[in-house]
Amino acid sequence: MSEQAIALNRFGLGARGDERVGSDPRGWLKAQLAGFDPAPPAIAALPPRAEIIASLGAYRELVAMLRDERKAPGAAAAAISGDAATAASARADDTLRQSRQDVRRHYVAGVGARLTAALTTETPFAERLVHFWSNHFAVSVDKLPVVALAADYEFTAIRPNLGKRFGDMAWAAIRHPAMLVYLDQAQSIGPGSPLAQIAASRGGRRQLGLNENLAREVMELHTLGVRTGYDQADVTEFARALTGWTVAGLAGGPFERRLEQLGAPGQSVFAPALHEPGTRTIMGKSYAEAGEAQARAVLGDLAASPATAQHIAVKLARHFSADDPPPALVARLAAAFTASGGDLPTLHRTLVDSPEVWTGAGKFKSPWEWTVSALRATGADRIAPPPDRAMGDDSRPGARAGAQGLFQQLGQPVWKPGSPAGWDDTDATWAGPGALMTRVEVAERMAGRIGDRIDARSRAAAVLPGAALSAESAQAIARADSPAQGLALLLVAPEFMRR
Amino acid sequence: MMPILDRRRALGAGLLFGAAGMMPGLAFAAAGTARRFVFIIQRGAADGLSIVAPTGDPALAGLRGALVEPGGTRLDAMFTLHPALAGIAPLFAQGQARAYHAIASAYRDRSHFDGQNVLESGGALPYALKTGWMGRLMSLLPAAETNALALAPAVPLALRGALPVATYVPGALPAASDDLLRRVTMLYEPDRQLGPLWTEAMKTKALTGDIGGNNGRNGAQLGELAATLMNPADGARLMMIETGGWDTHSAQKARLAAQLRGLDALIGGLKTGLGPAWTDTLVLVATEFGRTAAVNGTGGTDHGTASAALLLGGALPAGPPVVAQWPGLGAAALYQDRDLMPTQALGDIVSAALAHHYALPKARVAGLFA
Repeated sequence: MSEQAIALNRFGLGARGDERVGSDPRGWLKAQLAGFDPAPPAIAALPPRAEIIASLGAYRELVAMLRDERKAPGAAAAAISGDAATAASARADDTLRQSRQDVRRHYVAGVGARLTAALTTETPFAERLVHFWSNHFAVSVDKLPVVALAADYEFTAIRPNLGKRFGDMAWAAIRHPAMLVYLDQAQSIGPGSPLAQIAASRGGRRQLGLNENLAREVMELHTLGVRTGYDQADVTEFARALTGWTVAGLAGGPFERRLEQLGAPGQSVFAPALHEPGTRTIMGKSYAEAGEAQARAVLGDLAASPATAQHIAVKLARHFSADDPPPALVARLAAAFTASGGDLPTLHRTLVDSPEVWTGAGKFKSPWEWTVSALRATGADRIAPPPDRAMGDDSRPGARAGAQGLFQQLGQPVWKPGSPAGWDDTDATWAGPGALMTRVEVAERMAGRIGDRIDARSRAAAVLPGAALSAESAQAIARADSPAQGLALLLVAPEFMRR
Repeated sequence: MMPILDRRRALGAGLLFGAAGMMPGLAFAAAGTARRFVFIIQRGAADGLSIVAPTGDPALAGLRGALVEPGGTRLDAMFTLHPALAGIAPLFAQGQARAYHAIASAYRDRSHFDGQNVLESGGALPYALKTGWMGRLMSLLPAAETNALALAPAVPLALRGALPVATYVPGALPAASDDLLRRVTMLYEPDRQLGPLWTEAMKTKALTGDIGGNNGRNGAQLGELAATLMNPADGARLMMIETGGWDTHSAQKARLAAQLRGLDALIGGLKTGLGPAWTDTLVLVATEFGRTAAVNGTGGTDHGTASAALLLGGALPAGPPVVAQWPGLGAAALYQDRDLMPTQALGDIVSAALAHHYALPKARVAGLFA
């Protein structure tokens, strides 16, 4: 592949056909790091977090209200009156569905804004890095608060930290309400905390205690990497240090009312009453009691560990070179990470200057990468939103149109990797027979809507410049029986399937 | 929609461009043999102590409190099947279902991703093997029994090996035109990665006929879909079905019950859909590891060690409803003071069941697991 084609497709998000890479592809990429806009118009136009939280609060109140109504003394008698009760129950379900949709629209709008930013950006390399880091610190929209907040998470915890240090991004990521809820930190309570003591003295029915989910995944997935020397005791100690970090208005549980005094609903807060007091020992180092600063100190050391440098270097190298990245590339990235104190722009520039990333046939694109590159190649700036009636029903994803429905069909619903490890970044994950067939079906549909408005032969040369398209593929496109079929063949050509 | 026979003939012509010589499964597929094997993987560490609860263990109530489900089906003096598995409960009485408890793979740590790697590869350590035990099993079977299919967008590790595997994603996209498919076949033919994948994709498309409209989201539909793909004479003989959502760190009671209702419906759909072929079918339900013996502070359980696995099917050898060398849940009996102690290797159970199912020498099948 030519260096222009690599800059556009491997580093960038695929060519639109109107970019000017120029004679210095490396300089073109590095300039994007400085020119990156953390809040482009599509993202800046989204409602503020308070509005998202308000819709969640309304839903939760509605659920509580309906529950109380059904429990009320008169409910049983009223239920006997047959049809009227059935109608009331149907109305309640409908109200609830409406309310859930009201929460879900923030997810739908967020997916649309992410996609538009990717399609219209002047800094596609920086946008790709946002997607990379967002997936590294993955949340998954498996719980309603995370559905509501996943977009806000990427836009406020990941994007503004792209020009900062790894430790800054990590600290922002794990304290965002979406992460605190997703990995159950919001509900974790120090067994020796003031609040647990009070609950115990009252003989509370419910056992209050630790949840080690976030602590484990920070060590295993976000920083050190699995099997790098920490053990179960270290995980538990880190979980104790993290107690106190929770989300006002979203934690649930018996202590929620107390948290309302600490911050506005939906805001991450440190609640001293939930914090496990005492010195913590993690991987042989002891951390004095320091309230909210204790977990920060632990995270600072985790972020600066050589194991973290190695873990990040492997993942970044894998994303830009191959499933088994060249050891020299990994070593160079790890050294740059350590020498710069985890400075992300330094790390990203080191990547651009690494010769290993400028060779090879490239990786099979993930569904997100393929779709974004296909839409960019066809000059789209968005996917039409789905009609209202099709939006809310989670049980029928096939019925949903729009961007999030498309990514569901392709096997990679946005912000829904289903696991805190994020989407896997290897060929074997994405290059499957079913995935190929689905892309061919989508390509035909996309191209069919464009018809003869694009000449696939000239567009092919623009998006895969410098003879990056094989003679066989060029010939197949040229021999297509219609302009739309030619465009469909470009979008599924082997060279377009890889980056 | 084209009748299925015409469609196959048309696709056969398309396949002439493909590398048919590389596809032993395709070449011998017409024979139509009987034995079928399904692996339902529970990703996320399913809680064996709830699915097959040791209600006869005096320590259970103290550890689990409100997580212990009232009701369920008593399997023997020690174990009770979760009430959400009401559909498969009768199969235990009929000898068509069996639970194996206090089992674990060779993995003894608590990472989902490493644990699933060992569960699927059958290796002694994470990432020690690049292929999966089902993938290697295929090499031990007659060519006619190696048609393998995963209900997933790409081939899961368990099925990776020397032989090709099809994947199928239930969806509602309109099918691509036959002309475009023919041109893509030519376009991918010289590509060493995409060529074989595309041949598999076309083969699966031929099998699924017009069921593309089935979105497969709910358990019963998924089970029926799997049966539809396994029933034809040249259908899949080995299948892997992905299930997620088992990582119940919080609010476990309701979440696990919903998961198990889905699993129950999936197996019900599979059994009904397979009809008489159920008597030649073996189904394995297994997870990467179990969950803590005690409830945590958020009404859930954290990553643990030993769990339970299920074998189902019309051809199970005679045996008790639960097979376990029960270690007990007393404080001294727990693994690392927190988890159910593993007393049986999952690999031994699976290899013994496969040896019986396929009438293979035990020693050869045992080699699938390190």
